[in-house]
Amino acid sequence: MSRVHDMGGRFGDGAVVPEPEDERFHEDWHARALALTLAAGSLGKWNIDVSRHARECLAPRDYTAFSYYEKWMGGLAALLVQTGVLSRDELAGVDRGTLSDLAVRRLSADQVAGVLAKGGPADRDSDIAPVFAVGDAVVTRRIAENLFVAGGHTRLPGYAAGARGRVLRYHGTHVLPDSNAHGLGEAPEPLYAVVFAASELWQHPEHPRDEVVLDLWQSYLVPA
Amino acid sequence: MPHDSHDHDHPHALLPPDPALRVKALETILTDKGLIDPAALDAIIDTYENRIGPRNGAHVVARAWREPDFLQALRDDATTAVADMGYFGRQGEHLVVVENTADTHNIVVCTLCSCYPWPLLGIPPGWYKSDAYRARVVREPRRVLADFGVRLGDDTAVRVWDSTAEVRYLVLPMRPENTDGWSEEALMDLVSRDSMIGTAVAGAAP
Repeated sequence: MSRVHDMGGRFGDGAVVPEPEDERFHEDWHARALALTLAAGSLGKWNIDVSRHARECLAPRDYTAFSYYEKWMGGLAALLVQTGVLSRDELAGVDRGTLSDLAVRRLSADQVAGVLAKGGPADRDSDIAPVFAVGDAVVTRRIAENLFVAGGHTRLPGYAAGARGRVLRYHGTHVLPDSNAHGLGEAPEPLYAVVFAASELWQHPEHPRDEVVLDLWQSYLVPA
Repeated sequence: MPHDSHDHDHPHALLPPDPALRVKALETILTDKGLIDPAALDAIIDTYENRIGPRNGAHVVARAWREPDFLQALRDDATTAVADMGYFGRQGEHLVVVENTADTHNIVVCTLCSCYPWPLLGIPPGWYKSDAYRARVVREPRRVLADFGVRLGDDTAVRVWDSTAEVRYLVLPMRPENTDGWSEEALMDLVSRDSMIGTAVAGAAP
């Protein structure tokens, strides 16, 4: 079983339509949705991997029909209820709601610049030593699924599962999304940029020398 | 639970169907509970509408074209090199610069969501977040480039970077010919946002 967001290599989506560089938001509510998501995230009730998983768990028919920021709103509504920040009745407007205990964490306008500047680095010290070096041949796990949770979050796209590549860069040790998205801890481990020949991934590559690079955690890889 | 009742199972279905009203409803509920300060939303929007955009990335590229020492600093540790110019923050915590050459043209995508180097390029354009781009560019980058009016020769290989982790990639486009001695400011005008994603070449009309 796969989720609808994992669309790399799919056919049938039509042309890519360029747009002018000075176009920031297509609708005013897009900007509001972006800001609302960032502000709600700063309440500290979830991390980036949890929020990506929430968007990926939208029903396929919603994911397909929704525009980008509608997906964000769908994921945000799910997170607010899952984490108990809002009740379903409050979300539905049946219950007006009362001041939340979390209100002390509310992001104020004067904190915005600092929060955006700080970001959320994902590199962490780890007890797990790198086992691959730049240039080593590796193979990705044959099954692109979460090892801990059935149907859980992973950052190994289906199109690159079971493929043979070569380590191009070592990024250091980073938080493992497959664990962090499910409250199982950050579980940092070595992260690599791995390069694959297009002919390893596709039956009909456009050019014999084309390549695709993915950032892959050590537990996604085995020696070739 | 029955499979045909997802409208009731997904919390977002409790909100109004119109997306603009859905956002407004969420903002109102969260504001009433003391969880959101609407002025903070205004400040976030102002940041991404007016303060952060592709000129930041163009500044990095123009400087790399002019200053060999800075180019080397980018190769060694791009995150630190651009932070020293004041460009850092959310979605730019781990930066890698990939250099176009006569042999290799780089293109960036995130097939799983739409990861993008916000501090250098602003928020991503609509097409970068589209299903068509995410699905197609890893399999048929040259056909996608054709949608942008770009044609590569057979002697140039394409390397597509799928941003599957928190590392963000910035393409360093090739410096256009006959620009020796140009000022940083003049060079910046040759660097489009799309050229730093890899769907355009520098110096072409955006």
